[in-house]
Amino acid sequence: MSFTTICENIVMLLREYWHVFLIEGVSYTLLLSVITVFFGAILGSLLALGKRSRFRIVRGIITAFVEVIRGTPILLQLYFGYFILPMMVPALNLSAFTSICIALVINSSAYVSEVIRSGIQAVDHGQTEAARSLGLNARQTMLRIVLPQAVKNILPALGNEFVMMIKETSLASTFFVGELMTSYLKVKGATWLNLESLIIVGVIYFVITFTLSKVIAVFERRMRAGE
Amino acid sequence: MNNEPMIRTVNLHKSFGALHVLKGVSEHVSPQEVVSIIGPSGSGKSTFLRCLNMLEVPEEGQIFFEGVDITDKKVDVNLHRQKMGMVFQLFNVFPHLTVKQNITLAPVLLKKKSQQEADDMAMELLNRVGLADKADNKPGRLSGGQKQRLAIVRALAMEPDVMLFDEPTSALDPEMVGEVLDVIKNLVKGGMTSVIVTHEMGFAKEISDRVLFMDDGMVLESGTPSEIFNTPQNPRTRDFLSKVLM
Ligand SMILES: Nc1ncnc2c1ncn2[C@@H]1O[C@H](COP(=O)(O)OP(=O)(O)OP(=O)(O)O)[C@@H](O)[C@H]1O
Ligand SMILES: [Mg+2]
Repeated sequence: MSFTTICENIVMLLREYWHVFLIEGVSYTLLLSVITVFFGAILGSLLALGKRSRFRIVRGIITAFVEVIRGTPILLQLYFGYFILPMMVPALNLSAFTSICIALVINSSAYVSEVIRSGIQAVDHGQTEAARSLGLNARQTMLRIVLPQAVKNILPALGNEFVMMIKETSLASTFFVGELMTSYLKVKGATWLNLESLIIVGVIYFVITFTLSKVIAVFERRMRAGE
Repeated sequence: MNNEPMIRTVNLHKSFGALHVLKGVSEHVSPQEVVSIIGPSGSGKSTFLRCLNMLEVPEEGQIFFEGVDITDKKVDVNLHRQKMGMVFQLFNVFPHLTVKQNITLAPVLLKKKSQQEADDMAMELLNRVGLADKADNKPGRLSGGQKQRLAIVRALAMEPDVMLFDEPTSALDPEMVGEVLDVIKNLVKGGMTSVIVTHEMGFAKEISDRVLFMDDGMVLESGTPSEIFNTPQNPRTRDFLSKVLM
């Protein structure tokens, strides 16, 4: 198999199957990642909030949840979402795509809650003391002083979580839900051109994540310069 | 009425874990009085000062501020903190707000003033400390001395009855110490009740009505500046002063 043959095959695959890669694959990958990070951020914020609860039991449950999610493989969680979740709540009639989404969101929320927690913790404690010494209560201090500064730490980290998710969603191809890695499986199945399909998908992943990382880095620098 | 102390502490005890930092401090600060606290590092000066507005919660003892026991759990300490300004060693200005917003945030949020009133007052205060031209900048690029002057007027914007200073100049480059001390001097001349933890002995001598010497979690000696600096009675005070006044 010569280099020229490979190149020719790639061009041929792109001509025949571009929509499978670029339309189905890329859009499902991005869709899955966006949904995951969006709802993961909401759920993760709630978890981070709950971790500051007055009630020890709430904090305990959340800590246990986060540790379990971070301590087990995401693929296992996807299996759980795909096979067990629809069985546990048959009434909802969850589609494969929804089940996988739920599993990914839950996974992401655990990581996001840590991102938020450490973003808040990174704000100098002197800021809180200064605010409290002026008479602001704990809530006003959090909303007006700590969170606006923590956002500068949290947003770039959330962006990186999004980039991570773009790669992690490839695991959803195990269940054939139609993202980029599923495109690879489909095209490979139809053409037997394994290497060429892999190269195409790999390049697409790389272009997306590399570009996004650069965008995030620029964004982060802008935000720091804003001070 | 004027004889009633503004702040009175009764037998304050504070520990951090096994470390017993305050070992029964009973002190008082009268209205318009300027009290400096001196003493070796680790003696509990900052801890005592931070207890006065309950940033540190003492395990034992009481703190009466304008007649109210603020260690009482039923008391809303936030309301009383509004009347006690605090200035920190490391300034703690709010970097995400402009210089002016640093000043107006608390009075507006706590409904002491309308935004317009607060803005006017902020400009007046900034004028007083020579920072009016920085009003709309973020404090990030200010010098240490400018940050500390901002921190002082931020506290003043709440129109406090007493100001607590924790080594306000010890994080500053030497050439900036003077400008901050001048602001404090002016404030004190204007009758502001103040408690000042400081390593600047000359400054303490000049502006204080009373100086407290703290060591090992206790106030070992208290007196006028001339009593403390010229005729110290306690051997530990003498020892400390001989080291710092060399
Ligand atoms: N939050 C804290 N947790 C644990 N230990 C603390 C805490 N704050 C203060 N300490 C300890 O308590 C002791 C007294 O500290 P404090 O800051 O009151 O001393 P200080 O007299 O202000 O000293 P300095 O002149 O160095 O500022 C020190 O040994 C310090 O390490
Ligand atoms: Mg100190």
